[in-house]
Amino acid sequence: MAQSLDRLKESPSQTAGPYVHIGLTPNFCGIAGVYASDLGATMVNDRTKGERIKLNIRVLDGTGTPLKDALVEIWQADAAGLYNSPAEMRGAADPNFLGWGRCPTDMETGLCVFETIKPGRVPFRDGRLMAPHITLWIVARGINLGLHTRLYFSDEEKANGEDPILARIEHRVRVPTLVAERQGDDYVFDVHLQGEKETVFFDS
Amino acid sequence: MSADPGSNRRPEAGAFFQRDRTWHPPALTPGYKSSVLRSPQKALLSFDNTLSEISGPVFGHAMLGELDNDLIHNFARPGESAIGERIIVHGRVLDERGVGVAGALLEFWQANAGGRYRHKKDGYLAPLDPNFGGCGRAITGEDGSYAFRTVKPGPYPWPNGPNDWRPAHIHFSVFGHGFAQRLITQMYFEGDPLIWKCPIVRGIADRAAIEALTALLDTQATIPMDALAYKFDIVLRGRRSSLFENRLEGN
Repeated sequence: MAQSLDRLKESPSQTAGPYVHIGLTPNFCGIAGVYASDLGATMVNDRTKGERIKLNIRVLDGTGTPLKDALVEIWQADAAGLYNSPAEMRGAADPNFLGWGRCPTDMETGLCVFETIKPGRVPFRDGRLMAPHITLWIVARGINLGLHTRLYFSDEEKANGEDPILARIEHRVRVPTLVAERQGDDYVFDVHLQGEKETVFFDS
Repeated sequence: MSADPGSNRRPEAGAFFQRDRTWHPPALTPGYKSSVLRSPQKALLSFDNTLSEISGPVFGHAMLGELDNDLIHNFARPGESAIGERIIVHGRVLDERGVGVAGALLEFWQANAGGRYRHKKDGYLAPLDPNFGGCGRAITGEDGSYAFRTVKPGPYPWPNGPNDWRPAHIHFSVFGHGFAQRLITQMYFEGDPLIWKCPIVRGIADRAAIEALTALLDTQATIPMDALAYKFDIVLRGRRSSLFENRLEGN
């Protein structure tokens, strides 16, 4: 008998269910007084560096109906392209920007709004710069394993054209599913869970 | 953020082991009806982690309130406590290499002892407990350990099949050290016959994987005349050794 690799298996995922708000955004669903505020509700303060942007995100099911019980988290670099994380070896990120936010979809409209800053460019593994992007993680009732994807920006056409992850998408017609449309000072981004416009989700 | 000043321990910055997607429930599990229109159908885009997946936010112990890991009291009126079987849930957050994950933020939520959630979408006829909110959180210690106190949640019926019941469970949300480790799962209780009938649980193909979500009664951790205890370990994706890793720019 050969040796054992002695590895554990990752805990299997289970859906966040319809009451995810109780655990992750209790103030949002009327459970007051346990935490002073919901974690991840505010991403910037007046000393945060960078261009202020607003992301209007919706998550749509296979019939095109917005989910009203989903929860979206985002993770991004600061304006200089540095992550506020121990894994960031290239320098210290903006101390006034954690780079992580959390927002439940509105129970009436399905809209999820993040007020954040435009991230700088982060290098790919080989040193080429990726286009500015924000990582998304989506959970909800009916989603068995949290979905990872990215939001890129429509006004970064040149950078998007050089992005090594976007370049890996075989069916070019699907690239726009990862690009948020600029409308005034806001970016609008619809995540399609299914159908012709299904968003490109990641296994990384 | 760089390593703590004075520490000679290099922060770990390798990519994570690939996820075994046959071990997790697939996106589409028709027995769980909500998954039918919410499951992606096209192939996922696979790539090795970049810094965007390897990195992740850090939450400090300073954010925690004294009662954050005490669901019996954190919503209760002064001098009162939640109704139900008093239990302690404890365990460790490990990675696939068996290494304890320090500083991991755990958030948990659950129904009350009657199986009712404090949420306007829950119309189950079991009553709310005025002293139970149903949420708590903890951050793991150096060895990955955590503990909290709560009441055992009740099972409850849910609209899926005409007569489907959820086994008693506690939801867990876990942050590791990288955003690619982000995980939400549920803890079940040893011996609950509803586990094996539940369409959500049965989305998991491998019996051993279901058992990995089932906490054991731990009489060694019980507090006599106060609370029973259950032990629940959580495993996150492991990090590859970066000894011979292609180096990231500037690394």
